[in-house]
Amino acid sequence: MKNKKDNTTLLQIKDLKIEGFSDERWHKIIKGVNLELKRGEVLGLIGESGAGKSTLGLAAMGYTQPGCRITGGQINFDGVDLTKRTDSEKRKYWGNRMTYVAQSAAASFNPAHRLINQTTESTIRAGLKKQNEAFDEARALYDALNLPNPETIGERYPHQVSGGQLQRIMTAMAMSPNPDLIVFDEPTTALDVTTQVEVLAAMRDIVKTYGTAAIYITHDLSVVAQMADRIKVLRYGEEVEEAMTRKMLKSPKEDYTKSLWSVRSIQKPEKKSKDIILEVKNVDAFYGSFHVLKNINIKLPLGRTVALVGESGSGKSTVARVITGLLEPKIGSVKFKNRELPPSLKGRTKDQLQKIQMIYQMADVAMNPKQTVYDIISRPASFFAGLTAANLRKRVVELLEQIDLDESFIDRYPSELSGGQKQRICIARALAANPEVVICDEVTSALDQIVQEGILKLLGRLQKDLNLSYIFITHDIATVKAISDEVVVMNEGEVVEQGLKSEIFSPPHPEYTELLLSSVPEMDPDWLTDLLKARNY
Amino acid sequence: MHPVVKTVLERLGLGLATLFFVSIIIFSAIEMLPGDFGQAILGQAALPETVAAFRQELGLDKPAYIRYFDWALGAIQGDLGTSFSGRNASGADRSAEVVDKIAPRLWNTLFLASMAALIAVPLSLILGILTALYRNSFFDRSVNTATLTTISFPEFFVAYILILFFASLNQIFPSLANVDPDTNFGERIYRTALPAFTLTLVIVAHMMRMTRAAIINLLASPYIQMAKLSGASQTEIILKHALPNAWAPIATVIAFNLAYLVVGVVVVEVVFVYPGVGQLMVDAVRTRDIPVVQGCALIFAVTYILLNLIADIIGIVTNPRLLHPK
Repeated sequence: MKNKKDNTTLLQIKDLKIEGFSDERWHKIIKGVNLELKRGEVLGLIGESGAGKSTLGLAAMGYTQPGCRITGGQINFDGVDLTKRTDSEKRKYWGNRMTYVAQSAAASFNPAHRLINQTTESTIRAGLKKQNEAFDEARALYDALNLPNPETIGERYPHQVSGGQLQRIMTAMAMSPNPDLIVFDEPTTALDVTTQVEVLAAMRDIVKTYGTAAIYITHDLSVVAQMADRIKVLRYGEEVEEAMTRKMLKSPKEDYTKSLWSVRSIQKPEKKSKDIILEVKNVDAFYGSFHVLKNINIKLPLGRTVALVGESGSGKSTVARVITGLLEPKIGSVKFKNRELPPSLKGRTKDQLQKIQMIYQMADVAMNPKQTVYDIISRPASFFAGLTAANLRKRVVELLEQIDLDESFIDRYPSELSGGQKQRICIARALAANPEVVICDEVTSALDQIVQEGILKLLGRLQKDLNLSYIFITHDIATVKAISDEVVVMNEGEVVEQGLKSEIFSPPHPEYTELLLSSVPEMDPDWLTDLLKARNY
Repeated sequence: MHPVVKTVLERLGLGLATLFFVSIIIFSAIEMLPGDFGQAILGQAALPETVAAFRQELGLDKPAYIRYFDWALGAIQGDLGTSFSGRNASGADRSAEVVDKIAPRLWNTLFLASMAALIAVPLSLILGILTALYRNSFFDRSVNTATLTTISFPEFFVAYILILFFASLNQIFPSLANVDPDTNFGERIYRTALPAFTLTLVIVAHMMRMTRAAIINLLASPYIQMAKLSGASQTEIILKHALPNAWAPIATVIAFNLAYLVVGVVVVEVVFVYPGVGQLMVDAVRTRDIPVVQGCALIFAVTYILLNLIADIIGIVTNPRLLHPK
């Protein structure tokens, strides 16, 4: 395939307006956005959830999701206005001249078909190549994308390969017809950082080699900095600003753009503490015959935050399950204030239960949608403290004030709250029990940067006011830096190291910590290139 | 061993265990029926000694568990015992083996069931796929309304309407489906046409709506959007991307309906005077012919278990996660 890069315009979107139907009326999602893309150019689209970046990315292909409609503007792809074409006309472009890489590869592959058939399906359908020719080229793409066993991996089914591999196979699928345009929609968001590096490198190489134009959608500025020539920032369906990548990173014009990396700006000075409030001692735990935790030792100092860092499957959430008594350890114990806790939830007294509370990642599903804020918060308050009705209401209002919400929220249902407000209610519910230890399991992972910042600041303030001790489970290194005093690095069910934040983050590191820390993308467009050089790719 | 083989064997084992429990339930349920067969046959005036001798002759004087094992061991070897009917107070014995009584009836029932299934299953699948493809269209709504209408009427009503239009007003098919072992194959099909149509109308709605729902349910999956964005047409999306993932729920509903065709058609048999197992069982209950009742019940149980087992296996072999383990 020859490189298609030249300086002509491939895609031009003019004053595009899109509406979506929900709650019985049409809402504006895209409010007049312009976009231009040259052949072979990579444009980064960045914004928070609800900014309309996925809608715009799909619209670049002339596609709108069910329940959405284009109400104005033009989408000119290579001189053809896609807004004026029928679906069957646009189908000739899809999977042929323009392709799509979705966020969740695991959900976006059909479980019933072999990978190579899915990789080449659109190429063969469009009549671009014969089956054996397309298969050969798919295997060459697998090889170019650094997939293991490129000759045979295509014979597998989606569930037989890992998430990072699937994401690369989806990139191969997008490249197979040698398109003019690829839309990448958050392609690495669901991946662990160490996997993300490989996938980013593979995608960047292949797009460069073939000179394919791409739109790269993400909420992570440091990721887009590695991929894009130009960056466009979106908010509420409107453009905030657009600039070349280096210029944008160096001197963003708008305050909103700066706020996109606000969490990275919180830096909490670490504090030592000698008093240990909670200790996990020599714990081994199993799911059935699967050995999830191997000789875990963790100490939580009083009034401090210990961050538990690791990738998915490292066992960090299982540690929380052992501490709360949801999972009985096979060997070892959990000590609270130097007294051993009964291993299972059933054996613990009300008093012991009260002292350790938990906050979850998905505030949405951690609350009963049929209960009001009052019901949700008052339940632990009455169960543990035994307050009467009048005092209970006072206590709930007091708790709401602690989390910076006022009394007007008391009769609302979870569906009437924003993502950040929901997580605040979950925090208030944990506080209602008057706990001493709070376990936060990825509590900010599902939230936008600015909202994350608010929640982290709130948790910090509550810690000071109430002398709480936190175990903070996260996979995000920026969050660790923002909140922790001590850090525990976990990998494959084992503790790699535990120490003060300053010790963990300064070299020398154990091998795994080094890999983990170096894989975290930085706000530097040369970061990936330098990293790959250092790792000798 | 391949995990699919293992799962199938496991299901088979569970099926046998279920059959064992069902056989106990059948036996005990009949055991608990009030009254006494000997007394009922010989009449209120019979001497206690006569009744006792009669009971002894039939083996009714033995304890229940021994009779159960006799019966169960016989059933495993294909011997369901001897029918009680044909005996009377005068001592004449014209009784027949239960197997000989059930076999021709069962063959009739299976013939009718297969005929109805051969029409109904492809019809519901095609209608289900078409209504999913053209969902919310006029066609979709008409098919849904029509099938719901036919399922909402009682079977005998549907049967009489069909008789009215296809046997009385237009004499296309016979209104009575009387077949015997000498009826040839073509004639059999002709005579059982109306009962088969009746059953088709009764079961199509359920299977068709499940097919439609299973497919539409999958249309919201990310991989369907992916297929759209790779240029697949609506037909291709439904046949190639949705249907292969929808077989498990569809197979379950088909199995359920096929089982119904074998065990639940007594009303249709009565309307068309068709000599099937359903009628035989009802007659046997009326005459307290316990071995026949037990035999029929056991055959019904086997039918249910077997068909559900097949549906389970279809669900397993169409699931690539089980068929192609990591």
